[in-house]
Amino acid sequence: MRFELTDEQTGFAEAITDLMRAADAVAVARAWASGEYAPGQDLWKRLADLGLTALVAPEEDGGLGGTLVDLVVAFEVLGHELAVGPWIESAALAPQVDGAMVTAAAPPLSPYAADAQVARLLSGTPGALHQSIDSTRTLTEVSDAEVLDEEALDRAVLACAAQLLGAGERVLADSVTYVQQRKQFGRAIGSYQAIKHQLADVRIALDFVRPLVHGAALGEVPVSAAKVAAADGAYRAARTGLQVHGAIGYTAEFDLSLWLNRIRALVTAWGTPAYHRGRVLESLVG
Amino acid sequence: MNLDLSPDELAFQEEVRAWLAANVPAEPLPSMDTAEGFVAHQAWEAKLAEARLAVVSWPRELGGRDASLVEWVIFEEEYYRAGAPGRVSQNGIFLLAPIVFDHGTPEQQARFLPSMGSGEKVWAQAWSEPEAGSDLASLRSTATRDEERGGWVLNGQKTWSSRATYAHWGFGLFRSDPSAQRHHGLTYFLFPLDAPGITVRPIAQLDGEAGFAELFFDDVFVPDSDVLGAPGDGWRVAMSTAGNERGLSLRSPGRFCAAADRLVDLWKERGAQAPEVRDRVVDAWIKAQAYRLYTWGTVTRLKDGGEMGAAGSVNKVFWSELDIDLHEAGLDLLGADAELAETRWMDGYVFALSGPIYAGTNEIQRNIVAERILGLPREPKGVQR
Repeated sequence: MRFELTDEQTGFAEAITDLMRAADAVAVARAWASGEYAPGQDLWKRLADLGLTALVAPEEDGGLGGTLVDLVVAFEVLGHELAVGPWIESAALAPQVDGAMVTAAAPPLSPYAADAQVARLLSGTPGALHQSIDSTRTLTEVSDAEVLDEEALDRAVLACAAQLLGAGERVLADSVTYVQQRKQFGRAIGSYQAIKHQLADVRIALDFVRPLVHGAALGEVPVSAAKVAAADGAYRAARTGLQVHGAIGYTAEFDLSLWLNRIRALVTAWGTPAYHRGRVLESLVG
Repeated sequence: MNLDLSPDELAFQEEVRAWLAANVPAEPLPSMDTAEGFVAHQAWEAKLAEARLAVVSWPRELGGRDASLVEWVIFEEEYYRAGAPGRVSQNGIFLLAPIVFDHGTPEQQARFLPSMGSGEKVWAQAWSEPEAGSDLASLRSTATRDEERGGWVLNGQKTWSSRATYAHWGFGLFRSDPSAQRHHGLTYFLFPLDAPGITVRPIAQLDGEAGFAELFFDDVFVPDSDVLGAPGDGWRVAMSTAGNERGLSLRSPGRFCAAADRLVDLWKERGAQAPEVRDRVVDAWIKAQAYRLYTWGTVTRLKDGGEMGAAGSVNKVFWSELDIDLHEAGLDLLGADAELAETRWMDGYVFALSGPIYAGTNEIQRNIVAERILGLPREPKGVQR
């Protein structure tokens, strides 16, 4: 019994974090949102070189043969550092050993293909393109998409959950920093219990999301349980984060907005919380 | 990362499971907060002790099995899954015993631990006072030095003392240095509840039973041999109890996972009549699983030599709210039948309601999480007495 990441896994997470920070992932995301894809494609290539898209592909297919725990470790960082591009599709749903940027629709779970304007659509015919509330994400209608197997879909759901966890952690960290700097009535607002207790509740919620994400990766609980908890935890982080930032948090210019909109998008992506609650219940009552 | 048990751990699990299957009473015992139920629970503890299952993590020579932390979690999981009786000896074996092991003299360990582990002597905690609840360090009960008799004389009042109505011994903090402030000058005392000068006044709880009591101290003599740790060092000694209480030892995942399984069974029975309760059933089950997995993470860190620290506060808020969520969902599924006072769900619910209050209120825990884990500034303190 050992329920903790290995040094190797922690090191892998740090390597991804370092690479993304050095590349100024937030600036890359803003460029991506304005239709300038080159910096994002460049960062994608470097992350793919680290082995991200090949991580859980079997070794006999040229992949790294990593575990689902390795996968969620990577996706938590992608959420934390605001990665852009169809990572769930290219690294979890249909791992690409050559680092290709691919996308797919998987109706009814995931009726749209993300970022199809830059990624290769794995199956079906693309239709109208829509903008997501997450400005770094587009959604393309797809007809005649191929039906994907449950194992692949579960990997996508799990990766989405891990990304939500990472995004929630980031919003919490940035909110804690902000309330220590912002002063009102002569004190840091982070010294008021009304603020502290809300942020403590986010800390507590996220501390209990991570074991579910890791446990789902080990097959201890259904991936749907991890998705429900991660969506709830990250959404709580987003609502609280916005509230403690006040008006500045409600602006597009302030970077917090990128994570708030990302979280809102991922809460319903790859299956709504209601869908996944139903699936958990099904697994319990048979 | 894995959750696999070793062959020894699996064998232990098997033994515990078999023993419980053969010995857990078919009918629930009467409430431990009644005279009759208290004795019945003591008899159950004696039976557990005979099988060396009362205090598995204690050393062999004191009635335990030297069980590892992993084995302790396994034991608890099996215990609650089997629907075994609540532990009347809980305050002693989980809250006081770790302190006696760490701070007690060999003589104290030999004198107090065996009868505590077997349930022969039941211990009650005496922390809160009428004017000292969350702000425990403001306590006013006093201990005055009595050189002649070689001990201390206790005066004052303690309250919300769980199990004290029927228990045999108590433990708590008293101010032994009147000139010292707050956390300083406190001493940790052990005292028989039938000592001359102690008056126990039972207090009926929300469910009408005398689960706790007020204790009045009028010139109660306690010999030096019943002081735990050094005089004046009581706060430091006591805080290891608080960490235990709000952390792992009082709330193993077993009880919540067992309740979650019962909730799913109840859903199978009643869900068709109350489909709107679905999400609450699912969420409570997911949270129970989160708690189980989180605990294995904690066990791993402790095994590696880590400490519980402020994470105990994260834990305490979560389990206390989870306990209420689980039972509320059960009551909602029962519909109008929920009101029937004698159901197991209502019993569990009323008990769960105390969770966010005792062992340090959840507001105090959130302060600790915010200040010690998130690093937010401390609340400016009010005027001190």
